[in-house]
Amino acid sequence: MSLLQELSQEFGQAVLSTHARLGEETVVLQRKRLLDLIRYLKNKRGFDFLMDLTVVDRLEEVPRFQVVYHLYARETNRRLRIKVQVAAKDAHLPTLTGEYRIADWLEREAWDMYGVVFDGHPDLRRILMYEGFEGYPLRKDYPKERRQPRVGPGSTEKTAFDKTPSIADVLVLDDPDTSQAAVSSGTGIKEEIMYLNLGPSHPAMHGVVRISVALKGETVIASDVEIGYMHRCFEKEAETHSYTGVIPYTDRLNYVSPLINNVGYAMAVEKLFEVETPERCQYVRVIMSEISRITDHLTCVGAFAMELGAFTIFLYLMKSREYLYDLIEDVTGARLTTSYTRIGGLKGDLSPDFKEKCREAFRKVREDIQECDNLLSRNRIFFDRMRGVGVITPEDAISCGFTGPCLRAAGVAYDVRKAEPYLVYDRFDFEVPLGTDGDCYDRYQVRMMEMEQSMRIVEQALRNLPGGPICLDDKRMTLPPKELVYTTIEALMNHFKLIMDGHGIRPPAGEAYMPVEGGNGELGFYVVSDGTGIPARVRVRAPCFALVAGLSHLIRGRMLADVVPIFGSINMIAGELDR
Amino acid sequence: MGIANSLGRDAITTRLDAAIGWARKYSLFQYPFATACCSMEYMAVACSHYDIDRFGAGLPRWSPRQADLLMVVGTISHKLAPVLCQVYEQMCDPKWVLSFGVCATSGGFYDNYGTVQGIDSIIPVDIYVAGCPPRPEAVLDGLIKLQKKIQGERQEY
Repeated sequence: MSLLQELSQEFGQAVLSTHARLGEETVVLQRKRLLDLIRYLKNKRGFDFLMDLTVVDRLEEVPRFQVVYHLYARETNRRLRIKVQVAAKDAHLPTLTGEYRIADWLEREAWDMYGVVFDGHPDLRRILMYEGFEGYPLRKDYPKERRQPRVGPGSTEKTAFDKTPSIADVLVLDDPDTSQAAVSSGTGIKEEIMYLNLGPSHPAMHGVVRISVALKGETVIASDVEIGYMHRCFEKEAETHSYTGVIPYTDRLNYVSPLINNVGYAMAVEKLFEVETPERCQYVRVIMSEISRITDHLTCVGAFAMELGAFTIFLYLMKSREYLYDLIEDVTGARLTTSYTRIGGLKGDLSPDFKEKCREAFRKVREDIQECDNLLSRNRIFFDRMRGVGVITPEDAISCGFTGPCLRAAGVAYDVRKAEPYLVYDRFDFEVPLGTDGDCYDRYQVRMMEMEQSMRIVEQALRNLPGGPICLDDKRMTLPPKELVYTTIEALMNHFKLIMDGHGIRPPAGEAYMPVEGGNGELGFYVVSDGTGIPARVRVRAPCFALVAGLSHLIRGRMLADVVPIFGSINMIAGELDR
Repeated sequence: MGIANSLGRDAITTRLDAAIGWARKYSLFQYPFATACCSMEYMAVACSHYDIDRFGAGLPRWSPRQADLLMVVGTISHKLAPVLCQVYEQMCDPKWVLSFGVCATSGGFYDNYGTVQGIDSIIPVDIYVAGCPPRPEAVLDGLIKLQKKIQGERQEY
């Protein structure tokens, strides 16, 4: 009996409908049984990951909102989508914070963006927007350009700076007694709870995250992580652009590994079309994704080594990154914001001498990584500040929704490239490095080892690179060659149809969730099409979001000085964190 | 010319403004207010390949009190705008602002409820560097243009 049949039987009338389209199973459920279903799936069917929670606003329909949950079971390697429909006037749902830790932030975001209330949530407040912001910006009836500035022209007293709540109001201390003015310790010296603010303008916070901590001595006893300082409204922008027009915005999600975002988004739309790109395209996508992964890990290791005082490492690894940027620029024309993929293919082929350049670049990168390893891995200062710091157990990591290097450092072997091989990843021989302790040092080691594995994948792909076209020959999405556009009327019309407003690329109505292995973990694109040339909804399951959501858990009970390496080791990238 | 001649070959004459401008333009201490994608290119400019140190702006200061060049590197959202204003106000005079990339300059292709449409609506800007993100060469070019501007300014002291 399939899972869907089983659920229909088990939950009877509460299951409104089930369907399996594009290889994705969906259950539409009545609200009152949501918690029961989630508990059943989690406890009896091993759905241990809440990958994503989001809302789709269908303005004209009744009920208006669809709340969409994406679950994943690691043991059986299956995914399930649960949808609950709620009306705008009665947008209430039970909270899942008791089942999954990550639900805390996901629900806050759904409330912030759509105004869907999660009953029983311990701390339902704004997360991406700020106090004083009125309305729910991702609702279809919130105009994209309606700004509510806090300073400068157009700002009102309501959104003024001083309305930001103070740290002491936000932080919840475990033991209310300790929040009293003074605590006497055994020595007779009075210890006070000290509130300290880190960021957003703080060098170790990368400019865009604010961590408020309550300190007892030097120990962090409570903390609150404030994000949203880089909220650039990717999801809102995507709802106003053509399918191709969204691609440049995807570059700027995880700008340290932009090519992986390009690939993930293009594949999600291709999934809606139920097409597969030519073999050569898939190989090139793998090659570019893996080069991007190396740039990501180089940046991450370099930056957090610098924050611990190892400035040399930063210089060496940035030097290395330049070699890879040269490669990327050679192929895509840009160093960073590549916009390299197209729906159904690629912008262009690899450059003719790519193989030689790649070999040379990798030789130099390997040298630098070796140098970095020599300087860092057995360095007393570095080791002592990383080992045993920021430990997370596998169970907690899963509950927090961790994926990618941070999850694998805790010893959980989950890598989308192995679990659900997309593109041609199943043809390559590579390992998934694992840690044992789940501390900062393991996260560092996993990243160092992954870079070598990525280079192995690229080398194998270049050895076996097949010939052939790089774009799908499909009139629905691929632009005809320019020579034909200028000489034949059919190609001209085809070009016109794909480019003009109101036409464009139009995937069949439906929805698709496409996970790829990003630099930080599972990067999922959930694209909903209503059959027009503009996406009805593009949702990004950003790996960083879960990692930063788990940050408070990681730093609790640690010393203040440990906050910096812990924050550095999870590799926060503001673009995908705040979107 | 009379004074210059009487001083001989061991001294030169100049205007005080020009001398101070010369000193100031080659000792810029930047505060990188780095938020977004542009910060990747900021790292590239700061490191050995492009090496901004060759132009006398090598040492980033992580406190606005010690900096005289505010580099606004990346998108500024309405949530972050008050922080940027505060950082600017904390800097001592004389101070200059470099808008790094189109997001800081005009909001770039982010025209929506979250993004400030150009930081010049909240703080004064001296030099704009185009690009999304700008290439490191473009940033160096912007810096040199700013240095020319500083040299030509009437100096407050």
